Amino acid sequence: MNNGKKRLGYAVQNLLLIIYAVFALFPLIWMFIISLKSDTQVFTTTFVFTPTLSNYKEVLLRSDYVSYMIDSLIISGGAVIVSVIVGVPAAYALARYNFHRKEDLAFQILSFKFAPEILVVLPLFMIYQKLGLYDSYLGLIWVYQLISMPLLIWVVRGYFEDISVEIEYAAQVDGYTWYQIFFKMLVPLIKPGLVSAALLAFIFAWNSFTFPLILAGREIQPITVAITKYLGTDTAHYGQLAVAATVSAVPAMIFALCIQKHLVRGLSFGAVKG
Amino acid sequence: MGKNNRNKAEDLNTVPFKTRVRPYLIVAPSLIITIGIMIPFVMAIWFSLTNYSFKLPNHKFVGLKNWVDVLSSGTFWNALLVSLLYGIISTVVEMAIGMGVAILLNNLNNKLSKILRVLLVFPLMVAPVTATIVWQLMLNSSVGIVEKLLNVFGIFNFPWAASPNTALMTVVMIDVWVNTAFIILLVLAGLQSLPKSPFESAKIDGGSAWFNFINLTLPMLKPSLYIALLFRLMAALQEYAVIFALTKGGPGDSLMSLSLTAYQTGFRFQKFGSALPYILVLWLIVNVAAKQIVKRQRAAQKQAAGLEE
Repeated sequence: MNNGKKRLGYAVQNLLLIIYAVFALFPLIWMFIISLKSDTQVFTTTFVFTPTLSNYKEVLLRSDYVSYMIDSLIISGGAVIVSVIVGVPAAYALARYNFHRKEDLAFQILSFKFAPEILVVLPLFMIYQKLGLYDSYLGLIWVYQLISMPLLIWVVRGYFEDISVEIEYAAQVDGYTWYQIFFKMLVPLIKPGLVSAALLAFIFAWNSFTFPLILAGREIQPITVAITKYLGTDTAHYGQLAVAATVSAVPAMIFALCIQKHLVRGLSFGAVKG
Repeated sequence: MGKNNRNKAEDLNTVPFKTRVRPYLIVAPSLIITIGIMIPFVMAIWFSLTNYSFKLPNHKFVGLKNWVDVLSSGTFWNALLVSLLYGIISTVVEMAIGMGVAILLNNLNNKLSKILRVLLVFPLMVAPVTATIVWQLMLNSSVGIVEKLLNVFGIFNFPWAASPNTALMTVVMIDVWVNTAFIILLVLAGLQSLPKSPFESAKIDGGSAWFNFINLTLPMLKPSLYIALLFRLMAALQEYAVIFALTKGGPGDSLMSLSLTAYQTGFRFQKFGSALPYILVLWLIVNVAAKQIVKRQRAAQKQAAGLEE
């Protein structure tokens, strides 16, 4: 009797999990299915259809979509590179040294994450137009620091804290300078954490919408802004819409698979060690 | 572990001046870059007191006029309500489903749960704008599969985002689809880092599963739950992309949240000065809520540390 009850409970738990999985994953499968349907079959078929790559050809070869992707790549990549160069030393300092108002400083950096994007962007729109940074790569890379920098500093700081100070002492005794210790010993040790934080920062930047919507749009259009054009026009090219969505989502998903083990730490800004 | 290191690091600071300034020098560039961006933030408060507009050549100080106008308008209170409803409902639903799924994944240590731990993260990696498209392809009455499914039950042309009655539900559903994975990941990590010994002694005492959950698991999980709540609620109160991409705030003003109203007032109506109070109020709410949650998180952490001993 007890055994039967247990087995029923096990089955129910599995069932609940499957129901959630369908909710979470089916929309992505459906998007992919539609991306392979021709303009007529989108309306007439559900699961049985003749797959075609014509939508992919249309979007990737006969529109500016690839150039939007390149814009996204330049801005997000640039933002992450700047954050790594500037943020990693800062993370080290916040992990290793005890200095006046250290925690305040660290929290200040984190609090940028909670600033409403629109609040930052409204005055910035004006300043950027005066400085000539509006609709420029530099301007966007700069404002994207609000996305990538806090993430990088907080996550990498946690990885530095996990390294024992004794290693550094030992190297100092052996006569290595601070720079040698930092680049030859510490950086290789935090590399997995650093790479994951950088990739996650890249995903966040890639997915960002509000900043580029307001601070760019004519010359430079990242994918998230460009994709709204496909939304607005009701031309019934649903296949192309699906391709646009698929192409924008797939890189982020692949990156996420690569950094699986570090995802929790990154997403919680180091607060949950995972 | 981390704390020990920091205590030992103090010894480093008893030496030369060069070493003492180094941390400030190292942190400085990151602060200059981020604070450079935050200057506008201070300017926002000033501009909310002026009649700044892109249409006017000059602007002048108008005192609290914008604030009075905004706070006495129905638009503001509607926007506040929409922001709070969206933020609170989506966060509560995400926390509930996320906790449930995380506990299931943790309990069922089978193949299914191992695969899903990896796959369920995918929606979280999709940009909110893209997620909106994904769901339009699902819900659209001519190509969407949900419509076909509902037809089986005799429901035709369910309005989703097109009706003021169901629009909020639709955007919340998309938000839940994207962000529940975040809660699942955090709670799962929390569950897996729980110490074993309290549970072993509870087993000897013979407590029921429910008793153990309420008295052991939940209190020890609380710090992680507060972190999840903090990140989700802050983001949900400010959500902009999903609503903008789906309906631009419509139908009518049913989805005009504080963020969207500020955007519309500032850019479409070109009234920059009066756009800012909306968003400054939002910032105030977010700040106060964040402080409260952080305070509770710290208290929960102390309590959990006590239980582990």
